[in-house]
Amino acid sequence: MAKVQSMEIVHDALAAVPPVRTIVLDRPPAPVRPLPERLAVRAPAPSTSGPERLTLRDVGIAYAGKEAVRSVSLSIHQGEVLALIGPSGCGKTTLLRTLNRLTELTPSASRTGQILLDGEDVHELVDTTLRSRVAMVFQQPNPFPMSIFDNVAFALREQGRRRPGRRELEPLVVDALRRAGLYDEVAGELDRPALRLSGGQQQRLCIARAIAPRPEVLLMDEPCSALDPISTGVIEELIGELRRDLAVVIVTHNLQQAQRVADKVAFMYLGDLVEYGTTGDVFEDPRAERTREYVRGAFG
Amino acid sequence: MSTPETGPASSWLWSWRDVRPAPGKGGGPGRGRRSSPLSWRWGDRLVLVLAWLVGGLLCLIAGSIVVYMGVRGIEYLSPSVIFSHPTIAENGATSGGFLDPLLGTMLLTVIGIVLALPLGLVCATWLVEYGRPAWLARVVESSIEIVAGTPDIVIAIFGLALFQVRLLAPLSVTAEGGGVFGRSFIAAGALMSLLALPPIYTASRDGLQGVPSHMREAAFALGKTRITTIRRVLVPNVRSNIATGAVLGISRMIGSTAIVLILLGGFGRFEPQGAMPAIGLLRGTGSSLTSYVYYNSPAGEGVAPQKAYAAAFVLLIFVLALNLIVERIGRSQARAAGLAKSTPGS
Repeated sequence: MAKVQSMEIVHDALAAVPPVRTIVLDRPPAPVRPLPERLAVRAPAPSTSGPERLTLRDVGIAYAGKEAVRSVSLSIHQGEVLALIGPSGCGKTTLLRTLNRLTELTPSASRTGQILLDGEDVHELVDTTLRSRVAMVFQQPNPFPMSIFDNVAFALREQGRRRPGRRELEPLVVDALRRAGLYDEVAGELDRPALRLSGGQQQRLCIARAIAPRPEVLLMDEPCSALDPISTGVIEELIGELRRDLAVVIVTHNLQQAQRVADKVAFMYLGDLVEYGTTGDVFEDPRAERTREYVRGAFG
Repeated sequence: MSTPETGPASSWLWSWRDVRPAPGKGGGPGRGRRSSPLSWRWGDRLVLVLAWLVGGLLCLIAGSIVVYMGVRGIEYLSPSVIFSHPTIAENGATSGGFLDPLLGTMLLTVIGIVLALPLGLVCATWLVEYGRPAWLARVVESSIEIVAGTPDIVIAIFGLALFQVRLLAPLSVTAEGGGVFGRSFIAAGALMSLLALPPIYTASRDGLQGVPSHMREAAFALGKTRITTIRRVLVPNVRSNIATGAVLGISRMIGSTAIVLILLGGFGRFEPQGAMPAIGLLRGTGSSLTSYVYYNSPAGEGVAPQKAYAAAFVLLIFVLALNLIVERIGRSQARAAGLAKSTPGS
């Protein structure tokens, strides 16, 4: 009773206040920066589907007995970008992290089914070998607090062997930075601390670090979610170029991004693979009702 | 009485940052209006005043120690006191200087840190990066806590019992009849390392725990093993924490008196044991600045209290210098990692 009364009082008070209050800015709004030319008119490169790199057969993943991913079968080809889409908590990242066996670091995680890298079961590979063949880029840019050079060189140095010197590594580091589209911005200051770079540059440094050992597959866990639109554009363009040499698997929340960069799309919902097909099919003519609703924006 | 009052004139006492608008900023509005302590409850106001009083008092105490020791120390300090050997004498005029105690302090510190640094770092790394089985981790953790809480006189007595064991006799001074004294630089240094171990361990552990897990994942995702990740990423990353712990440990060792009195003898000069130069020194006895201060002060034999002041001053300078170093390390490390504001020209 009292509550209703107080609600009414609040209502009256609101009615008394003038409805619109002008917002006073302490400075004029910044003009909208146009996208750089090369990003604005980006022609989608034609897909160059190559040999099959990763094969998933009936993969299931559980944390402490609770299933996070159920029975996923997929194949991932060189020259292709596969986007994993779906709402939060539906197993996309878990599936991605299982492809290079990072989920094994969580003691309670268990996996069923088979993952083949070039026909070889990843379970039979030594984990360090697997992870240098299946590289990964994370959501937050995470360069090491070392110099730009050392960040990339760290990925190239193998353990247990003689440590190659700077002279030997330099061409490889420069090549990796160039492929990641970062070299022109950092040439001549490779000894600067990596953490001084901007967020977008840091993420490209992480990509350079990941592709330096020439992996076959590149896993990307929402690589642009912490970046501004311009950096995102640069990285999306980069993904288009990188897929020539490797297979890319990207997890994204951003449907438009999936549409822009992916050749194939897999839609996951509550641990199930609901739909898998070419980008055009999934977005324009999905087979499952759930997918249709999700890409329309009805939930998620 | 309780009318709110704001403005730079009355708020200087209450705010820890300058509230006046920065000069040359075109006279902007500066900081907005904030609640004045004059409008607070009495209890809150009382606590605020007490906080200022206690803070000021602590500064005053620290300042007066430094000033007093500085005045007395500089009065008696001279190159001849620092660079001459102590002698046993009836009065202060002929008792020499404290070269041996000064070098003794340094030697003990080096022995202690050489033992404590690897041990503390390895313990911390194991605990944070492996830490299994869990019961063993708990045992390690509480053992180090016990060591940290043990008074150094107790550590010293334990060391005496340990080094008097016949098996360890070659490490310390042996009397003519074959009795083992258990006194030597090795014995004192080894037990001193127990003083330095807890700060080194704690600082390294906190540093490693503070390394975000994405850093480890980044290294694992590049195909690095756990041990490579520790060596190349984690330990370099917490270097400043380790250094801070080491310096804290060193200042604890420098300040320890009981261990020196019981395990080193603590009288004037180096007395090597045996003929071999370096090893004889390590097996022999000597003294440190703390024991020198103790024996020369009125509490000990009181032969040369002026020299005790001078030695105490040197000791204080050491500890202050170490504290400065700790601060420097922290700042330079942050700058090297690119975390601090970029400095011009770097």
